Amino acid sequence: METKEFTIKWGMAIDLDKCTGCGACMVACQAENNLAPIADASNKIKVMNWITVYELSNGKPYPEHDVAYLPRPCQQCGHPPCVSVCPVIATDKNEEGGIVSQVTPRCIGCRYCMAACPYHARYFNWRDPVWPGGLEKALTPDVSVRPRGVVEKCTFCHHRWMAAKDKAIVEGRDPMDLAEGEYVTSCTEACPNGAITFGDLNNEDHEVAKLASSKYAHRLLERLGADTQVYYVSRREWVLRQLDNYLEDEKVKG
Amino acid sequence: MGKNYSLPADHELFPEGTTRCSLTKFSVWMGLVGAVALWGLYAAFRVLAEGLGVTGLDDYFGFGLWITFDLAVIALGAGAFFTGLLRYILNIDPLKNIINLTVIIGFICYSGAMLILVLDVGQPIRAWFGYWHANVHSMLTEVIFCITCYLIVLIIEYIPLILEQKQLNRIPILHHLAHNLHVWMPLFAGIGAFLSTFHQGSLGGMYGVLFGRPYVLRDGFFIWPWTFFLFVISAVGSGPVFTVLIATLMEKMTGKKLVSWEIKTLMGKIAGAMLLVYLVFKFADTYAWVVDVLPRSGLTFDQNFYQTIYGKWLLWSELFLCGVVPCAILLTPKLRNNPALFYSAALLDCIGITINRYVFTVQALAMPVMPFDTWETYNPNWAEWGATALVLAYGAIVLSLSYRYLPIFPQERALNATKSS
Repeated sequence: METKEFTIKWGMAIDLDKCTGCGACMVACQAENNLAPIADASNKIKVMNWITVYELSNGKPYPEHDVAYLPRPCQQCGHPPCVSVCPVIATDKNEEGGIVSQVTPRCIGCRYCMAACPYHARYFNWRDPVWPGGLEKALTPDVSVRPRGVVEKCTFCHHRWMAAKDKAIVEGRDPMDLAEGEYVTSCTEACPNGAITFGDLNNEDHEVAKLASSKYAHRLLERLGADTQVYYVSRREWVLRQLDNYLEDEKVKG
Repeated sequence: MGKNYSLPADHELFPEGTTRCSLTKFSVWMGLVGAVALWGLYAAFRVLAEGLGVTGLDDYFGFGLWITFDLAVIALGAGAFFTGLLRYILNIDPLKNIINLTVIIGFICYSGAMLILVLDVGQPIRAWFGYWHANVHSMLTEVIFCITCYLIVLIIEYIPLILEQKQLNRIPILHHLAHNLHVWMPLFAGIGAFLSTFHQGSLGGMYGVLFGRPYVLRDGFFIWPWTFFLFVISAVGSGPVFTVLIATLMEKMTGKKLVSWEIKTLMGKIAGAMLLVYLVFKFADTYAWVVDVLPRSGLTFDQNFYQTIYGKWLLWSELFLCGVVPCAILLTPKLRNNPALFYSAALLDCIGITINRYVFTVQALAMPVMPFDTWETYNPNWAEWGATALVLAYGAIVLSLSYRYLPIFPQERALNATKSS
């Protein structure tokens, strides 16, 4: 299993002890990335959310009962299960920054990538996007809307990185040496508790790099070997245990 | 010249020396099948016009009934390439008596699978991207290559059958074309066997490589996971008896003997032998999955099953009731020669392979991999059943027309002459 390495590796650290499950990240993402509202959203596994908040429970009765909320964007795997399976290279891990791309004009909509992704981070456009009540006037101009019949997913707000690089170039700075916070995703910006930290995992000065190296930081389904770029931080052992599958006699790693 | 009005109006088109039902009866049958096809066409129209939102598929079940159906018919349609291989390359001569039917069934299965894929793919107009932007690392790319190429081979194999139609065959150029295509048939049989082996395998490989899905993940040899080989062998272990079942169904419907019992049991014996090879590898594969793949993924055997819908009964049925049992019947001469047991074994064999394709397609997606996620269940809706019925109706139409007008059963005259004498 080879992992592609880049000079810059954009990553995220999400503090599960800070997340209250408010869903502001989901709303911000939908607005930023032009996710069309679904007319009938009653079937929750047919609704488009590039970032979804899951509720975790320790399964114990009161007073030991405890919950945690886990926001799940695309994990931007270093060894992505989705990339090698795509028959038409509509998704790739081949650009500086290490963001897994999704080329929707090339996607044929076979959904093999969705079957491959254990994180359910990929979504299909089941119907034509409809923008009710003049909503199309509020679309983000830098993000293409997608037609029906293609797969899409979180891009770490890639357009924001493009904008930050453009700004640096205009100001005569090196676009590959952005200061921390110059480029962050919309969910990072929207989180009221500061539970999401975004930055370059390869830059030791970035907060995210420090958080990711903490002994409390784990990645989702690490033993599958996808080498993800999203870290989850918690000081609760039962929370960390739910980030991967463990046999009864196995201890949580770290 | 006087006309014989007791014969069907289209009797001049029938194969030499055969009888067929009246044109009215045939038209009623085609009308019934056509009604089913119309329902399916309506479903297909809705899917193409409104998108896949009209189906029961969702973001957990990107693959559902259609992919299961495709994988099943492609496996069961393997009778075409495998019988072709045995007949033309290994020279097992008696198989000439059923080879035409295997070709037609293969053609129906593959073209039907293509029809379904047109609906199942979100952007069918971009289907050619599979060639233009091919990702050589994807098993699905190989499937796209081989299935499209193999369908062309099947068409080439089907054409001489059409040209041998009594009236068409009187036209010298068509007669010579049919003859020459027959001369070249071993070449096409060889190409077909090559292409079919690879895409049957790649369909299995598609699942085995999914390292994010421990339910289907398998180790393997070089770039091929074990499922690559399992899918090939299981297809040849079931395709031949599927052809026999279709031939028998046609016999029941037409009231004629079309293929001799000896040929049917020969096909059964061949399928049984391949099924035995398959089962040896399947048991070894299941054992390796339980003791290696699952523990290293942090999962137990029980975690792979859920209630009745995705229960262990599916696995036990696939392995024993639809695996070991039909294999034993097909390989034991005494049991094989009992028609009731023989046909039951053939049916169980085909059901077992269908269960295998179903669980690899649907159960793999139903099972949560993230520990905090939940099992989801999938139920195809009317649009999916409708489109599937369309393909079945299409198959029935092609088969009915082929039976009525083309000389596909070399034994038909002899078998029915014996019956009447």
